[in-house]
Amino acid sequence: MVLRHYTVPILLAVAGGVLLYVAKEELVSLYVLSVLMFMGVNVILATSLNLVNGYMGEFSCGHAGFMCVGAYVASILGVLLFSGHKAFGAAWLPAELAVWGFPLLILAGGAAAALAGLLVAIPSYKTRGDYLAIITLAANYIIISLIENLDIIGGSRGFMGMKKIVNGMEEAVALPWMPLWVLAFTVFCVWLLRRYLSSTFGKGVTAISQDEVAAEIMSIDTNKIKTITFMLSSGLAGIAGGLFAFIVGYVNPGSFNILKSTEVLVMVYLGGMGSLSGSILAAILFTVLLEALRPLQIIKWVVIPLLLIIIMQFRPEGLMGNRELGDLFPRLKRFYRFK
Amino acid sequence: MLLEVDNLEVKYGNIQALHGISFHVREGEIVTLIGANGAGKTTTLYSICRLAPPEAPRVIAGDIRCRGTSILTTRPDQVVSQLHMALVPEGRRIFGTLTVEENLQLATYAREKGADLARDFQRVFDLFPRLFERRKQRSELLSGGEQQMLAVGRALMTGCRVLLLDEPSMGLAPVLKYELFRTLKRLNEEGLTLLLVEQNASLALHLAHRGYVLDTGRIVASGTGSELLGNPEVRKAYLGG
Repeated sequence: MVLRHYTVPILLAVAGGVLLYVAKEELVSLYVLSVLMFMGVNVILATSLNLVNGYMGEFSCGHAGFMCVGAYVASILGVLLFSGHKAFGAAWLPAELAVWGFPLLILAGGAAAALAGLLVAIPSYKTRGDYLAIITLAANYIIISLIENLDIIGGSRGFMGMKKIVNGMEEAVALPWMPLWVLAFTVFCVWLLRRYLSSTFGKGVTAISQDEVAAEIMSIDTNKIKTITFMLSSGLAGIAGGLFAFIVGYVNPGSFNILKSTEVLVMVYLGGMGSLSGSILAAILFTVLLEALRPLQIIKWVVIPLLLIIIMQFRPEGLMGNRELGDLFPRLKRFYRFK
Repeated sequence: MLLEVDNLEVKYGNIQALHGISFHVREGEIVTLIGANGAGKTTTLYSICRLAPPEAPRVIAGDIRCRGTSILTTRPDQVVSQLHMALVPEGRRIFGTLTVEENLQLATYAREKGADLARDFQRVFDLFPRLFERRKQRSELLSGGEQQMLAVGRALMTGCRVLLLDEPSMGLAPVLKYELFRTLKRLNEEGLTLLLVEQNASLALHLAHRGYVLDTGRIVASGTGSELLGNPEVRKAYLGG
């Protein structure tokens, strides 16, 4: 059936259309809309961390650090270019241009985070397992402390001014820009990861996770793969960070601490190591769960870990294990194709 | 000279594993290294493959040369992609969650563009028809013998001209052992050079043109296959009298 080649694009277009309609007509509250957007951000975070922790078999636990880099770089650049700031002076470009500039801001944040990912890639050549985990943890702390001590961007008080840019975009062209961009970037990230992992180069990632020596004697340049994979993973986290900053309109280093990294880890393990659809599912479930348990306030942080323990007891491989949706329901493959 | 190991001394941490061994392999030969457990056979192969510590040893003296140039600064992936030497490791070390076909595909990772991959796939499937039957299966589901075939096939898919084999007969039923060795002989007749490390000395020496006997990191005897088979000391130590 030829149609199945188009199922995914059609579904996505419909989703985009519905989103557009719903947001424009204000059929749902701003709260619901923002939860939907956080879902997108979490999907990017979980799938990109799964690349390193699930597919490559390393253990990175500083994902929020890269998210932080992306968030700050995108925000600062945006404020500098389109809205002006008391420390940097007036905006360099008219605010209407933000409509076009916005994706570039997010991508710039991703690029900066990818460079930060290099910091982790280099020690990963020689260290593995627990030691690498400690290095990524340290990277997370270094990034947070660095920003806390940079007074020009607000230090630990945080940095704001992104709401103005989003408002400027909506004034220039009356569309719900943020939900649309979050959807677009989420789809882009998942598609990119899927492409990467199904390439011959990406098969090298799986090879490294299974047996690094065997990968080397099969002519695989393990250092190169590790570098690129780490940079891709952290770059996507940077994209998620940029989106997060513009959704909230305010960033402070505290929101990217080790707790945030742990949240992402929970999503990856909940969904299953080495399963992109598992990570997507888990990110959505986890976001909903966090919101549903909001009335419990601080007790939430007792209930969620408890749920995690229960899942690990009864389904240690996570919701999906290392299988994708198509492996679990082979009949579904007749109806869609995603590559 | 295709491959030349010259007074090689290596260490794992503080433990010296090779005490200055020298041997050479000429184009088109089958050379075997025999010896007991811990003699340094695998260590020698790992050194040639330039694997990094901790798995592989550190070279502290001596040299390894391939076609006249030292390869001590070569990366492990370059040993395969540029020097065309591929290792069939001990214990097979295939990628269990990948299918047979994907395992073979992965080995072509660094092949030059335009290489005739279809012909090489055909060659591997001709040598090992079982692999063709099972090409869509996850390779961890293969039997031990089939996994060994896959390990050899995978090494061939790298486009190698020198095959380094580490204990290929280990854990195989006798009939499979003989079949594998017949295949190795056939590969050699087609022009492949083999460096074979074996504990099964009799089998290895019957196949090889020349052999070296390794004992606790030193070469204690060398000669053609039949010379070593006739050597009373070798017979006593490795061939059961």
